[in-house]
Formats: sequence, C-alpha cells, structure tokens
Amino acid sequence: MPDLLLERTAARPNPRQEEAAEVTAAPRLGTGLASLARGLTGIVLLAAIWEIAPRVGLVNDYFVPPLSQVAQAWWDLARSGELLRHLEASVVRSATGFGLALALAIPLGAAVAWYRPVREVLTPPLELFRNTAALALLPVFVLILGIGETSKIAIVTYACFFPVLLNTISGVGNVDPQLLRSARVLGLSPVATFRKVVFPAALPTIFTGIRIAGAAAVLVLIAAEMIGATAGLGYFINYAQNNFLIAPMYAAILTTSALGLAVNYGLVALERRLSRWRA
Amino acid sequence: MSSAIELDGVRQVFHVRDRQGRRQQFVALEGLDLSIRAGELFVLVGPSGCGKSTVLDLISGLNRPAAGSIRVGDRVVDQPGLDRGFVFQQYTLLPWRTAQGNVEFALEAAGGLSRRERRERARQYLDLVGLDEFADRYPHELSGGMKQRVAIARSLSYEPEVLLMDEPYGALDAQTRERLQRELLAIWRRTGTTIVFITHDIDEAVFLGQRVGVMSSRPGRIKAVVDIDLDRDHPDQDVRSTPEFARHRHQVWSLLRSDLETVDDPARAEAEEVGRVA
Ligand SMILES: Nc1ncnc2c1ncn2[C@@H]1O[C@H](COP(=O)(O)OP(=O)(O)O)[C@@H](O)[C@H]1O
Ligand SMILES: [Mg+2]
Repeated sequence: MPDLLLERTAARPNPRQEEAAEVTAAPRLGTGLASLARGLTGIVLLAAIWEIAPRVGLVNDYFVPPLSQVAQAWWDLARSGELLRHLEASVVRSATGFGLALALAIPLGAAVAWYRPVREVLTPPLELFRNTAALALLPVFVLILGIGETSKIAIVTYACFFPVLLNTISGVGNVDPQLLRSARVLGLSPVATFRKVVFPAALPTIFTGIRIAGAAAVLVLIAAEMIGATAGLGYFINYAQNNFLIAPMYAAILTTSALGLAVNYGLVALERRLSRWRA
Repeated sequence: MSSAIELDGVRQVFHVRDRQGRRQQFVALEGLDLSIRAGELFVLVGPSGCGKSTVLDLISGLNRPAAGSIRVGDRVVDQPGLDRGFVFQQYTLLPWRTAQGNVEFALEAAGGLSRRERRERARQYLDLVGLDEFADRYPHELSGGMKQRVAIARSLSYEPEVLLMDEPYGALDAQTRERLQRELLAIWRRTGTTIVFITHDIDEAVFLGQRVGVMSSRPGRIKAVVDIDLDRDHPDQDVRSTPEFARHRHQVWSLLRSDLETVDDPARAEAEEVGRVA
C-alpha cells in the first residue's frame, strides 16, 4: 500500500476534538528522523557516485573529475576571491532585476484586476509577451541596451515580471467577495480596501508568483551571462569550459545550484513569516 | 443611539439570463413598504429566495433600489455608512488578524480614535460578547459561534444606530445558536440599537423578535407584521415551551404556509427552492 494513502487515510482527531483536548495530532514518533536520514542518504549516495564513478573509469575523469577535485577547485576559487567576485556580480544583477519586476508587476497586476478597461486593453499584448521566451529576446535587449549591466538586468526583470503579474492578477481578482462586502459596509476607501483587505488576502497567491520569479531570476541570468558578460557565474562557467578548467567549471555550477537553493528557501521562509496566521 | 428605518414602495430588479440565454428582468421586490421603529428588534422571516437579503442589502446601501425610497433616521440611504452595521451569514473575518485585530479593523475604518483607544474599545466589545479571553486568537483558532461573536463585536464597536444581521446563525449547530440568540437579546437590551434580523427559522424569529415581518415571494413584499408578546426575562423558564410561544409560532407558520400554497405546483416549487442559492 503506498505511504501517501496510508498517511492521508489514517485516523486523526478533527479540529473540534483537538480544540477540546488542547492538543494537535502529531505524526508517529521517529518518522521525522527517518525521513531526515533518508534525505541525507540521497545526497551522500549522489556524492559517492560522483567521487567513485570517475575513479573506477565509469566516466571519463577528464570531463567529470571526482567530487573531491571539484571541492578542491571550489576552495581555491573561494580563497582567491574570484568566486566571490562572480557571485556578487550575479547576485546584484538578479536581485535588481527581481526587485524591479516586483515593483512593476504588483501595481500593474492590481490595476489589471481592478479596472476592466485596463484589463481589456492590456490582456492581448501581455498574452503575446508572456508567450515569448525571455532568452529569445536577449539579442533585442543587447541591441537596444548594449552589452553592459542594463541588458542583463532588463532580461531578468522581463523573466520575473510575468509570473508575478499573472499571480497578482489572479490573487487580487479572487479575493473573497464577502471580505470586500464587509470593507464596503465599513465605508473603506478603495485605497484603504486595497491596503488592508485585498493585498493581504492576495499575498499568498502573489507569493507563488514571487517564488517562480526567484527561480527564473537565477536561471535566466546565468544563461544571459554565458552569452555576453565579463563577470558573473554564467560568464565564469562558460569561460572555464572554453579554457578546459573543468574542475572550476563544476565548482561554479555547484555555486549556482547553491544560489538557487538559497533564493528558494529564503523566499519560502519569508512567506512562512508573513503567513504565520495560517499556522 | 438608534434610528428608525423606513422603506417606501421599494422595487428591486435583477438582470438574469434564461435557459435560452435571453436577458430578462427578474423582479425581486415590488411595492415593498416597511417601517421599523427606533430601538426595536425586528425579525424578517420568509422562505429562501423571497428577497430577504435583497432588503438588507438595500438598507445597508450596498445596492440601490430600482424604485422607492429607503430612509434610516432622517437620512436617505444611497451608500453604505457607519450608522449601519452588518453581520453576514458567512463569518467574514480577516483571517490574518486576531479577534482583537478584526474589531480594530472596523475602528480604523471609522477613524477618530488613537491606537490605544482602539485597543481599549476592541477589548470592551469583545468583553460584551464574552470573548475577552480569546482576543489574541486567529479566526482559524475559533469555533463558528466564536467567529460570529467577533463579527458582532466588530459591527457594534463603532456604535452604529442600526445593526443588520443576515441569517447570522444559519450555519451554527442548534445549541450554539440558542446560546447566541440569548446573548443577542442581552446585547440588544444593553445597547438599545435597532436590530434587523433575517432568518428562515420560525422558532428563531419568534424567540428574538419584538415584531416579526413575514415576507412572501415573487415578487417579494411584506405580507404581515406580527407583534410578539413574550416574557423572555424569566431565567429559569424555557420560553419556547410556553403556550404563548406556540401560539405566535403557529401564527407565523400559517402565514408562511398560505404563501407556499399559492404556488400552483408544490413539487416544482420545492425543486426551485433546492436549486436556489439562499
Ligand atoms: N444579483 C442577482 N442577480 C440575479 N438574481 C438575484 C440576484 N440577487 C438575488 N437574486 C434573486 O432574487 C431573489 C431574492 O434573493 P435573496 O434576497 O438573496 O433571497 P433570500 O435572502 O430571501 O433567500 C432570489 O430569487 C434570487 O435568486
Ligand atoms: Mg439570503
């Protein structure tokens, strides 16, 4: 029997019973530890395969050096300060583009959801842009904005813009009408209604878009840096590959994974903080 | 701190689409006259779909009538205002605010109070509904009855002259409902606010109302207003088991039933009743 079925159909107290007894149901003892152990096993296994496979000749150790060599390369890069320089360039670009996208997409999404004429005018062009891949537009951005920071920040903004916009539109558009009625009954102005009712109610949905945008920011930036840049993780990965610095290349790739993880978990933690009321 | 309410020749029309997709007008209220005295607890009872909520939406100013006039106190109603409070059937609390925060939300909208005064006033009204100990709980940590009490505290906190309640206890279990009904009577006596209470439950109507307005449907209008004369102050007595209660109950029941019998085909009427959203 699959675990999911067993877990979801197991006997558990209903909320009223939990309230009466002032307890909440907890999973069986040890399940937390066991799943942590299994999670670690997965990582350790991957690391072991990476270390051993090149050493026993399963893969060419020139193209895939053992993990320990990659770790050594990573350490050298970190100590020389080179890694930090590229990481910083990437983080600044993606954070700027991401922030700009939020600043543009949330107000625009709210306007689209609230005002029918805005929606009717903007929906067709937005649909068109949304279905145009960000990287397909990179040459255009470079053409117009040059090869410097601006074009890279612009493409990150573009890639982050749509997930946030679409989720803002749906979050703001789907606020419980009953909450809006209670705001109107209190004579709340549209601005106050937005600030005190609509935005907090839409925030969980908007956050879904923000998380997608966070992942897109790193992804698109790395790709853009590979095409035209003089610093940044994407640039360095490309540079290392062209110069047969294979272990440093993997070190940089692992760093982008770590960056992606950090962004994702950071946003998840932020969301948890903001929605503590859901408990 | 209470106002009379006067509805004069009120008509309300909705646009609907029939099965063939043709736009049609649906007359929900027609020639509806109603006067509610300042400070009374008036109950409006009627079958579901007869237009009770429509009446309340008009008094609250959420909707405008197609014809006729609505006055609260000496003002003509044309938009919502803080002289009227509204308690909905669905507990409409902000889920991200505590009970206390939800009451303060209304006081922020009303304005004119400092942060500290808002906090104190919110406490005072949570106390009034017996929830002072639960001030820091979030809505999802409260039972249905508690949530509805918070909603009542919120609507009373800015001291409206009229409290409008649209089937507020419809979703509660029988015991909780009875307790809240008794509490409402106590609050009403203490505050003296005019209360308009909607229900489709005859017992609830007779137990709460000083007067009960019986509505008929299609189009909705007030069919009769029944004066309820009950001694509800005896703490040990179950007023619902008294002969007077039974008499009033029967009176309202007969009025409602004769309305149903005017519908030519009872089976069809019932099917429509089920299909309609209350
Ligand atoms: N916005 C609307 N559009 C179309 N018909 C409506 C609308 N609101 C209410 N109605 C109809 O008007 C009638 C009265 O509705 P309502 O006042 O909600 O009834 P009640 O509260 O007594 O159950 C019902 O038949 C309902 O279907
Ligand atoms: Mg109704």
